[in-house]
Amino acid sequence: MLKQCEGSVAIAESVALCRPEVICAYPITPQTHIVEGLGLLVKSGKLKSCEYINVESEFAAMSVAIGASACGARAYTATASQGILYMAEAIYNASGLGLPIVMTVGNRSIGAPINIWNDHTDSMALRDAGWIQLYAESNQEAVDLHIQAFRLGEALSLPVMVCVDGFILTHAYERVDVPSQEQVDAYLPRFEPRQVVDPDEPVTIGAMVGPEAFMEVRYLAHARQMQALELIPELAAEFRGAFGRDSGGLLHTYRSEDAETIVVALGSVNGTIKDVVDEMRAEGVKIGSVAICSFRPFPSAALAGALGHAARVVVVEKSLSVGIGGNVSHNLKMALAGRATRVHAVIAGLGGRAITMASLKKVFRRAIEDRLEAVSFLDLNMEVVNRQLERERLERRPGPAAEAILRDLAGAGVGVGAGANGKGGAR
Amino acid sequence: MTGPNRVRFYQTGTFTVGNRLLDVSVGSVQSDAERNNSLNSGHRACQGCGEALGARYALDAAMRAVDGRLVVANATGCLEVFSTPYPESSWRVAWLHSLFANAASVATGMAAAMKVKGRRDVRVIAQGGDGGTVDIGFACLSGMFERNDDVLYICYDNEAYMNTGVQRSSATPAAARTATTPAAGDQPGNVFGQGKSVPLIAMAHGIPYVGTASVADLRDLEYKVGRAMAIRGARYLHVHVPCPLGWGCPTGDTIKVARLAAESGLFPIFEAEAGEVTGRRLIRRPVRAEEYLKTQTRFAHLFNPKRDEARLALIQRIADRNIERFGLVEQEAVA
Repeated sequence: MLKQCEGSVAIAESVALCRPEVICAYPITPQTHIVEGLGLLVKSGKLKSCEYINVESEFAAMSVAIGASACGARAYTATASQGILYMAEAIYNASGLGLPIVMTVGNRSIGAPINIWNDHTDSMALRDAGWIQLYAESNQEAVDLHIQAFRLGEALSLPVMVCVDGFILTHAYERVDVPSQEQVDAYLPRFEPRQVVDPDEPVTIGAMVGPEAFMEVRYLAHARQMQALELIPELAAEFRGAFGRDSGGLLHTYRSEDAETIVVALGSVNGTIKDVVDEMRAEGVKIGSVAICSFRPFPSAALAGALGHAARVVVVEKSLSVGIGGNVSHNLKMALAGRATRVHAVIAGLGGRAITMASLKKVFRRAIEDRLEAVSFLDLNMEVVNRQLERERLERRPGPAAEAILRDLAGAGVGVGAGANGKGGAR
Repeated sequence: MTGPNRVRFYQTGTFTVGNRLLDVSVGSVQSDAERNNSLNSGHRACQGCGEALGARYALDAAMRAVDGRLVVANATGCLEVFSTPYPESSWRVAWLHSLFANAASVATGMAAAMKVKGRRDVRVIAQGGDGGTVDIGFACLSGMFERNDDVLYICYDNEAYMNTGVQRSSATPAAARTATTPAAGDQPGNVFGQGKSVPLIAMAHGIPYVGTASVADLRDLEYKVGRAMAIRGARYLHVHVPCPLGWGCPTGDTIKVARLAAESGLFPIFEAEAGEVTGRRLIRRPVRAEEYLKTQTRFAHLFNPKRDEARLALIQRIADRNIERFGLVEQEAVA
């Protein structure tokens, strides 16, 4: 049904249509509206046969999901930011045990400094945890990806993260088509677990594995993700047949077939990028874009096919791999190994910094003029950075950097918070 | 103890042996030829392991109480490592190991799954050592308690991190030597005035049932497991299980050492319902705390090279306080 609603509400309704049996909720901005929405659906009786558990931490949320999934229940939770790090150990455990839990990540930065706004640092930190990671471009895709995620995860006995940009998508009101229960029931069969904890067939799950078999067990995790590379496009095609729209798949291309310059990104920023592509195309620039939907498994072959003809690829990344640059571009270079394609990483939008069309256009032009560095930072205020570096050079204890930069931005002599004397402030 | 460690085949004065002549209905679960053997022989626990003994009795009692309709979540630790070196398993119950800190939460998830699937007959036990319970797993445990999830959590308390090589936990008693509270300096061993009583904390949650038990009285342990399984909601059982390796006592003395802990009052055995103490195991033959301490090399520095009278008195005070607080000695028995 077409409706105008908040992204989180639409996601909650979509998850409910998947008939989860156990939902674990622990609040963290910007994920809260999703679990609140599900809580209301359960409490009001609209979502039946579902245990909604208010847990005491994200670590417990994932652990409850592990116990529930291991007993054959369809389990769901949602988190973001610090929460995903707090549950990190259990995230690895869920995939190691092959439990098809679905989790929404309302993508948000990681502190310090604490910041509630969007970037991809949180889910990127867990990119190697053995979970499938799907990134939604719009709220419609977020709705659709959750339905596909349960199907995909349960088919392969792997957990799936559906990554949704915090605020930009979770809190945006836009038109969404939420499918009917009949449609979802027809697409998503009942959960038939590969292995369950059950007194009728008592087995030991989670035994200690030594060097003689650990490599093989870990390789199996990789092999299953390679199977997902096959299954993800198949499920997206089937979804198109059943629901009548394109959602999911490994990646989406936009005006890239004849493009010399191709922009690659994950998530909602692809909307902005497409607008820039349209503008530059109108100016006669051969530019296009590719949105990566499945970051894990990484669609190396599909990307090589989609990007191979381009002279250059500009990766707009919402996370910084500190000490080297970008995560996505690093992965992409592996996919393009042996080709002459130049790959640029543009770190953008950290902590919710607006990614504007004007700035993107400028950076794409620099790339086309072969003036763009291998790693660059969109709209980074280097003057402020240099002044802070200078303060640190002059003084052993110049005070907290984040506060000093805020003071600097507010203007010389204008204090931020308690310390108006040029240093000090909140320590 | 001097000389070889003598094995007695008939231990007079215990409740644990000799009941094979009783009617099955009043006999112990272990005396039943049809017992489940939940933790089967062949596992790799050390000789004299109190935890293996406690877990076997507890789970067999639980399996009998719920007619085999049981699933178990196990925390990382000795119990997990010695029982399941892949591809072997000693467990004859449906058993899941996830992580060190999350057994209580995993059990919550299991109980939720069973409830939603209409399998209320299937009951859930979570179990772990003291490290996985009173330290790293404490938040998950408290969460499970306050939500009153339908889980029995059993802590096998051997008073330190034994699996990693005997490091101090918040269940380590005062003065005990561990690898991280060495018997060195002016105040050798574990610091006084630290640690916590998780049974009392569990009671503060107001959960339906809390019990402490000891491998010194296995019949009492079986009774408490049975009692706990007859109740729905969050339940907690804290079982004292000597670790000969970590405590430095002969491997044949596990029961004896556990009994001295109970009889000295250092490990009070009681049960509580809805936050109120409802029963205690009375001390039958009171002993001084030092009789217990002397059996273990982890307390050797209290006696050698000279007696540490001040700290021995402090430990005796802890025992006396327990006896008074839980009423462990009948008034007329106090001489």
